[in-house]
Amino acid sequence: MRVTTESATMTTPTMTDPAVEATPSQPPEIRPPGAMVPPRPIARARDASAPRNEPEARPANPAVELSDVSIFYGAFRAVRDVSFSVPAHAITALIGPSGSGKSTLLRAINRMNDLTPGSRLDGEVRYHGTNLYRADVDPVEVRRRIGMVFQKPNPFPKSIYDNVAFGPRLNGYRDNMDELVERSLRQAALWDEVKDKLKQSGLALSGGQQQRLCIARTIAVEPEIILMDEPASALDPRSTLQIEELMAELKENYTIVIVTHNMQQAARASDRTVFLNMGDDRAGYVVEVDDTVKIFTNPREQLTEDYISGRFG
Amino acid sequence: MTAAVSLRATGARARRRAFVNAAMHAVLGLAVLAALVPLFLIIAVTIAQGLPAMTTEFLTSTFNFSRRVQGGGYLHGLIGTLYMGGLATLMAVPIGIAAALFLTEFPRSRLAAPIRFFADVMTGVPSVFVGLFVYAVLVRQIGFGTFVGAVSLAIIMLPIIVRSAEEILRTVPGDLKRGSYALGARQWQTVFRVTLPAAASGLTTGVMLAVARALGETAPLVLTALAAQTVVLDFQGQGQTALPLLIFREARGAFAAGQERAWAGALELMALVLVLSIVARAIATRRAAR
Repeated sequence: MRVTTESATMTTPTMTDPAVEATPSQPPEIRPPGAMVPPRPIARARDASAPRNEPEARPANPAVELSDVSIFYGAFRAVRDVSFSVPAHAITALIGPSGSGKSTLLRAINRMNDLTPGSRLDGEVRYHGTNLYRADVDPVEVRRRIGMVFQKPNPFPKSIYDNVAFGPRLNGYRDNMDELVERSLRQAALWDEVKDKLKQSGLALSGGQQQRLCIARTIAVEPEIILMDEPASALDPRSTLQIEELMAELKENYTIVIVTHNMQQAARASDRTVFLNMGDDRAGYVVEVDDTVKIFTNPREQLTEDYISGRFG
Repeated sequence: MTAAVSLRATGARARRRAFVNAAMHAVLGLAVLAALVPLFLIIAVTIAQGLPAMTTEFLTSTFNFSRRVQGGGYLHGLIGTLYMGGLATLMAVPIGIAAALFLTEFPRSRLAAPIRFFADVMTGVPSVFVGLFVYAVLVRQIGFGTFVGAVSLAIIMLPIIVRSAEEILRTVPGDLKRGSYALGARQWQTVFRVTLPAAASGLTTGVMLAVARALGETAPLVLTALAAQTVVLDFQGQGQTALPLLIFREARGAFAAGQERAWAGALELMALVLVLSIVARAIATRRAAR
């Protein structure tokens, strides 16, 4: 299929990674070869290598594509026949009422659902053309390339430094750890606040700082995609704004998928929006996928308009 | 101006409630007292009786030639207790924590329920049976000694460690483990880098409970360590002794000097367990803080 051929070129390790170029001291080998993605701007990708018959609504250069995904917990179907694609180097927001399967779908993208006994997925989640649920795919490798930030900040009960160094140490990274920690904390906009207390416990930070520490920890493994499950819902408005600004900076180098209950946040912070709803069978399904501007100004579906204007959910 | 609202409790119902409240308060206070009085008595009597005989000679020497007279000490018992207790801890802690990890990391395994059941049953087994068991299985093949004594103590410790460690490991937040998995950690990496460090302080408490219990055991040692008159450093094959064995032997003896030494031995054992607990807690909290 065309998706496969396109992504085959995308994963070629000969492609240069501007993130690596920008920071020449960074040893490129810590990023697994599969994660070496040319962060081509979406616009350029559209001119140069846009697939011939891509439907208008689907972005070119997707980082992840879900097709006909259904997710089950035991006999219960939580999500039904979901298809959408996640454009690279953009922020995709999953919105919808409680029970519409947003978080379940998010966890399907890095196979975190595997940790829930009895969960099962039908359909395909393709990452550069590879179905992440193929039998020979190692979920641990998936999670190293597709990181996750949780709803409640969950720093380890270790020092700030050790929190950030945790992931790289798992991968046996032994080079300049100090530099990697500093760079990750800078990218997470936390460095200035913690540079003098790296040995202190991560639990001593405020909620907003803890969440940025968790983002730094995720960045330190140099994933390609960062999944965020309502990352600001436990934070005060000022910390929320910081996280949103941070996301806008991070999309230069990362692809971000965020689940949010906050309409304004989705409207402010995201480029694409996937609106999900819970069907009569209590399974979540996709109502509408489009550019965020379109969803919030001129949605195709009445249901979408009702939801974003607060008439239900 | 608004009318003053009376907030004072009035009427028969309110008085009754106040009375019941005061009565229950008194009952609970008495229960606490009843629970604490024996504890304080044990500590007080042990200190009062043991302190006079607790001399430098007692701590640093073994039995005199004659046990009828004052003098001599329990050094061989202290060394035997530390030797066998240390060996038993080395055996029981890894196995016990590994079993608890199995129960918490693979809760859906078909082995989980039987393991939990046997741990519960073992907790209730009288310790003299443990001694008999080790006697039948080991002592008859390889003789009395430090090692077989330690094995019997390890068997006493094991179920206590398994059940307490399981409870503690269960309290490690799932959020922490998910955070680790989301960074690409494998299960064993998550266990060693997140779960066990987060539980370290609680695990230490459980282990210390087990150690305290084992150091005070007498019955299993009678049939495995047997006895010794002097310091024994042999790993196996020589009779070994321990503080509770010496206390048992001299407390029921006919000589006043021996009974005094037994009191001092009891005080020594109590202090030993206290010191070990404090040291272990201090180490665990310092490691957890890092």
